[in-house]
Amino acid sequence: MQRYSGFGLFKHSLSHHENWQRMWRTPTPKKVYDVVIVGGGGHGLATAYYLAKVHGITNVAVVEKGWLGGGNTARNTTIVRSNYLWDESAHLYEHAMKLWEGLSQDINYNVMFSQRGVYNLCHTLQDMRDSERRVSANRLNGVDGELLNSKQVADEIPHLDCSRNTRYPVLGATVQRRGGVARHDAVAWGYARAADALGVDLIQQTEVIGFRKENGAVVGVETNKGFIGARRVGVVTAGNSGHMARLAGFRLPIESHPLQALVSEPLKPIIDSVIMSNAVHGYISQSDKGDLVIGAGIDGWVGYGQRGSYPVIEHTLQAIVEMFPILSRVRMNRQWGGIVDTTPDACPIISKTPVANMFFNCGWGTGGFKATPGSGHVFAASLATGEMHALAKPFSIDRFHNGALIDEHGAAAVAH
Amino acid sequence: MLHIFCPHCGELRSEEEFHAAGQAHIPRPLDPSACTDEQWGDYLFFRDNPRGLHHELWIHAAGCRQYFNATRDTVTYEILETYPIGARPQARAQENVPQLAVTGQGEKV
Repeated sequence: MQRYSGFGLFKHSLSHHENWQRMWRTPTPKKVYDVVIVGGGGHGLATAYYLAKVHGITNVAVVEKGWLGGGNTARNTTIVRSNYLWDESAHLYEHAMKLWEGLSQDINYNVMFSQRGVYNLCHTLQDMRDSERRVSANRLNGVDGELLNSKQVADEIPHLDCSRNTRYPVLGATVQRRGGVARHDAVAWGYARAADALGVDLIQQTEVIGFRKENGAVVGVETNKGFIGARRVGVVTAGNSGHMARLAGFRLPIESHPLQALVSEPLKPIIDSVIMSNAVHGYISQSDKGDLVIGAGIDGWVGYGQRGSYPVIEHTLQAIVEMFPILSRVRMNRQWGGIVDTTPDACPIISKTPVANMFFNCGWGTGGFKATPGSGHVFAASLATGEMHALAKPFSIDRFHNGALIDEHGAAAVAH
Repeated sequence: MLHIFCPHCGELRSEEEFHAAGQAHIPRPLDPSACTDEQWGDYLFFRDNPRGLHHELWIHAAGCRQYFNATRDTVTYEILETYPIGARPQARAQENVPQLAVTGQGEKV
């Protein structure tokens, strides 16, 4: 792999940037791999990278039906934070946060991770109580967090409507200053390039259409281009996880919904942090290019079409205008939908399955992007050893039968 | 935006008036206390989530406030039919869904 550096940039400028090495190969699949990962999004690519780097398992293929990072990795609002309420999720997301903090150096690719601070606004007394509890829980778990009053919020977020005349006045906010945003495509490309350099085969335009099983154990994946053998299979297919489980012969407690997001025309810098509100139901940040990146809730019905309905967008923008009246005349440039795999308790499933040697990493719902490095790291450990990583254990699929749910709806339902 | 025919009102109305209430025809176990953990978990949390035809429950929340069922394609979002609670769907999902663990089910609604 050609290392990227300032000097390299200068050197390539002398040849008009025409001689950059391709970021990854386009290999022909081998007959058998130690691990086949289904799904070439951020989580799948991160899993492949950590398998190769941490565990030395390089006979790995990532099978992707479209192109790398073309699903939810390309469609999210890029927010990174780890201020979850319950111990299990706080530990998992904080694990991811620590990996984010060194990621660009680790994979020699600028993922533009910007720790600009994530604010969660409180509009009611109950919001304030819940937030105080969450910040306290975060601190006990070693996650940074502060509770601000309305005066502090008004000082820190200049254009936010903190007046008393609004329908949902801002009483305060929590802030995680280590939270922020990252460049979503760069995360997928950076992991892909780093994994490829360690020998991982990235196989695009190849759709998994079935799993071959022998004696209750998976022995490979059937694709539209033929059979690929595998000693272990990791399925990381987000919105299509339910479909993959059906192919494998079992069910998941997951429903797939469209989640929409939109960006405005580029503006001069106006919002220098990430602001989310559960009560008025929307979140917003501003990209380095200047567009406002806006999102809110899912469409309420099951859908796989990567688009949603207009009323949801309308609600989203109502919330944004309620928080930032100054933006009421900004025009929106683009709008899209991704298919999110929601679980009943708003927590992921990182688990063994009824099929031996087959592992699922799914159910990240509306907030998987922030966990990309941590998810890949713990899933790689699980695939390498055959036993779930300690941080992943509470997220077993068994919890829907034994009742040990991790109810993050209060801390995470909207604010992803 | 979806346009949904409410079988109670007998009219096509816009999606904003409706609220999706998830999968239809989920049979409630007749004797919940006799269920194993697996059966009860399946009943509470596991859904078909098909890529294709889906029978689902809707409520006309800002209209007649009554529930009804619909068969909708989850990829194209086309609504094939809406029908009252208790009726059987005309269009049937083709896919073979792995069976639930629940036995001793109540009347399918």
